[in-house]
Amino acid sequence: MGQSSIKIQGIGVSPGIAIGKTYVVERGQILIPYYKVSGDGPVEEECARFERAVVKAENDLESIKQRMYPELKDHSYILDVHQMILRDHLVYDEVLRLIRQENLNAQWALNKALVNAHELFDALEDEYIRSRIADVDAVGERLLRNLAGQEIDALNGIRERVIVVADDLSPADAAQLQVERLLGLVVEMGGRTSHTSIIARSLNIPCVVGAEQATKLSRMGEVMIIDGASGLVIFNPTEEEISDYYERQEALEAYLKEITRKSHLEACTRDGFRVSVEANIELLEEVVAVKDNGAEAIGLYRTEFYFMNRTEIPDEETLYNHYRELAELMAPQWVTMRTLDVGADKLSAWHPSVKEANPALGLRSVRLCLHFRDLFRMQLRAILRASAATRNVRLMFPLISGVGEFLEARKVLEEAREELQRRREPFDEKMPLGVMIEVPSAVAVADMLAKEVEFFSIGTNDLIQYSLAIDRVNEHVAYLYEPLHPGVLRLIKMAVDAGHKAGIKVCICGEMAGEPLYVPILLGLNLDSFSMNPQAIPRVKNLISRARVKDCRSFVKKVLGLGTAREVNELLQEMALKRFPEEFKFFDPSALTPRGVDHVGKKAMLKSEGCASPEGDGACIRV
Amino acid sequence: MECEREAFPSDRMVNLEQDFVVPNRLGIHARVAAQIVKLVNQFDCELWIVKDGNKVNGKSILDLLSLMCPQGSRIKVMASGRDAAGALSALAGLFQSKFGES
Repeated sequence: MGQSSIKIQGIGVSPGIAIGKTYVVERGQILIPYYKVSGDGPVEEECARFERAVVKAENDLESIKQRMYPELKDHSYILDVHQMILRDHLVYDEVLRLIRQENLNAQWALNKALVNAHELFDALEDEYIRSRIADVDAVGERLLRNLAGQEIDALNGIRERVIVVADDLSPADAAQLQVERLLGLVVEMGGRTSHTSIIARSLNIPCVVGAEQATKLSRMGEVMIIDGASGLVIFNPTEEEISDYYERQEALEAYLKEITRKSHLEACTRDGFRVSVEANIELLEEVVAVKDNGAEAIGLYRTEFYFMNRTEIPDEETLYNHYRELAELMAPQWVTMRTLDVGADKLSAWHPSVKEANPALGLRSVRLCLHFRDLFRMQLRAILRASAATRNVRLMFPLISGVGEFLEARKVLEEAREELQRRREPFDEKMPLGVMIEVPSAVAVADMLAKEVEFFSIGTNDLIQYSLAIDRVNEHVAYLYEPLHPGVLRLIKMAVDAGHKAGIKVCICGEMAGEPLYVPILLGLNLDSFSMNPQAIPRVKNLISRARVKDCRSFVKKVLGLGTAREVNELLQEMALKRFPEEFKFFDPSALTPRGVDHVGKKAMLKSEGCASPEGDGACIRV
Repeated sequence: MECEREAFPSDRMVNLEQDFVVPNRLGIHARVAAQIVKLVNQFDCELWIVKDGNKVNGKSILDLLSLMCPQGSRIKVMASGRDAAGALSALAGLFQSKFGES
């Protein structure tokens, strides 16, 4: 008692203040302990422990197989392969031998067997066969987790309302979070656009990411404070800090309540400029939030979910039913469906995985669809059919790089239409078709694309990543991911101007659209609609209604003459604090400023220390 | 692909071998290897596969994959144990069917 609190600065990605007990989840890395077992009894017990891990893995794989769609049983062989690897002599017999003859513990023995298997496979000439080592690794990881007693669903142990602290959360973990018990979320990895951040925002839970060492600094059950707007995390807070933050929490909640009450009104600036404020969603269940927060349409429906969260590909009927239900729930408001936008790695469950040195520039998104045309046509048929009754579905292709690729995708759409005509299935013949503008080359030819489509939707996350050549999830360069980079702003302006010249509407649907601080800039760039996470709508609408589009346009004119993102940022923060004091009193506009290089090096160092092991490489596996 | 199909007394150890040519276009890839391993594991015998002088355990999927057998590979299968004949004849059937592929 009485000692001072510890504060760390992370990145606030989902606003709100949480004060509560800490629940530490530490299982991103599987630690492989090194110790020996000796004596007949302990050795045999170690063998039995390994056997139990294998049996559990066998049962888990079996139950995954049972849950698979019957028409896709063809693909279950990969699970058979995994089950066989479990009992393969290179793994199973070798581990038992290492435990008995070298007295290694089961984890270390398994790790050694895996390293040997890697050596065997690395030497093979055939690239396909060589890549099957990934199956061995998947099995190895499953066993290591079982041996370490790390359940995949570690989050199920939560029994009271807590702030969850983790080093990293996989999309599957995040999907399992028990919302009603979650006060807040602190994660060591990730950035504003990481999956955890997106989930936290859509669940409306205060969240701080990039909080280095948070798992080491926090103690299970202790009180902590997080500010999901500024990114501040306070461990072991003092009495004063606690009461101070309770006050802030109360004021903030009152403010949010007030603007949420007004969010059903149309978004219109003080000088009468109408903007359509729409929602990005991934799940059908989010329609409630869409309506509650006053969205005028769905500007982006991410269709990946039904492909990713299952072992196998869904069929046309399943997709059609989901899509139609969504269209019916939203009618007469528009639902903009984006076709499958995933990387090849996400399809590995039912397709031999493609090894890519550079997946962001690889077989993903619309390219992947053009590669697997049957799959693409199947999805297009489902979307087309969903449009039949309510006629409120718009379609857009992601990651289009130019006219050629667009025409190719449209050809597949044409084929899907013909198939439906042959099957005498109805659909909306006039369904509006658009493209996402997220590759710089698409901006360069935006005038030509604009002649082919009925709308543009600017996906800023990828547009920033590709135009600045920044991998936004790479922590070493994440600080260069600058939405306010003058180059990015100019690209957006070019796309908007080209669209308007051709008489089509231009929407923005990246993370940028949901960030209140960017509202003045986006208004000034003349975007017609903003699409964002439903929870961001009240704040964005509130700022739109307080802004004047004339001021925003002249502000943008000034900003476009600046050379660096830092200058744009400074000018914007200054203007925001002056014009919108009510909002930015609560949400520190400087919290969005990317942090410099120095902390990155420190983080990389910490990680390599954590991996020290008596036998060199391979002591810990990142998953 | 001749195979000795006479009935053997069930308790006798038998050593048999037979040559095969990998018939399918994709060769012994993961799905095919899984089929082979699943099949031969039903028989009470040891089973070895030899190609280009490398001899591996035919009941191990990793061994079988690492042998690398594209279309046209010539392999020798050696089986020993009371079910050796059954394993070989079942395996011959599987090769005959091209593993259900082209």
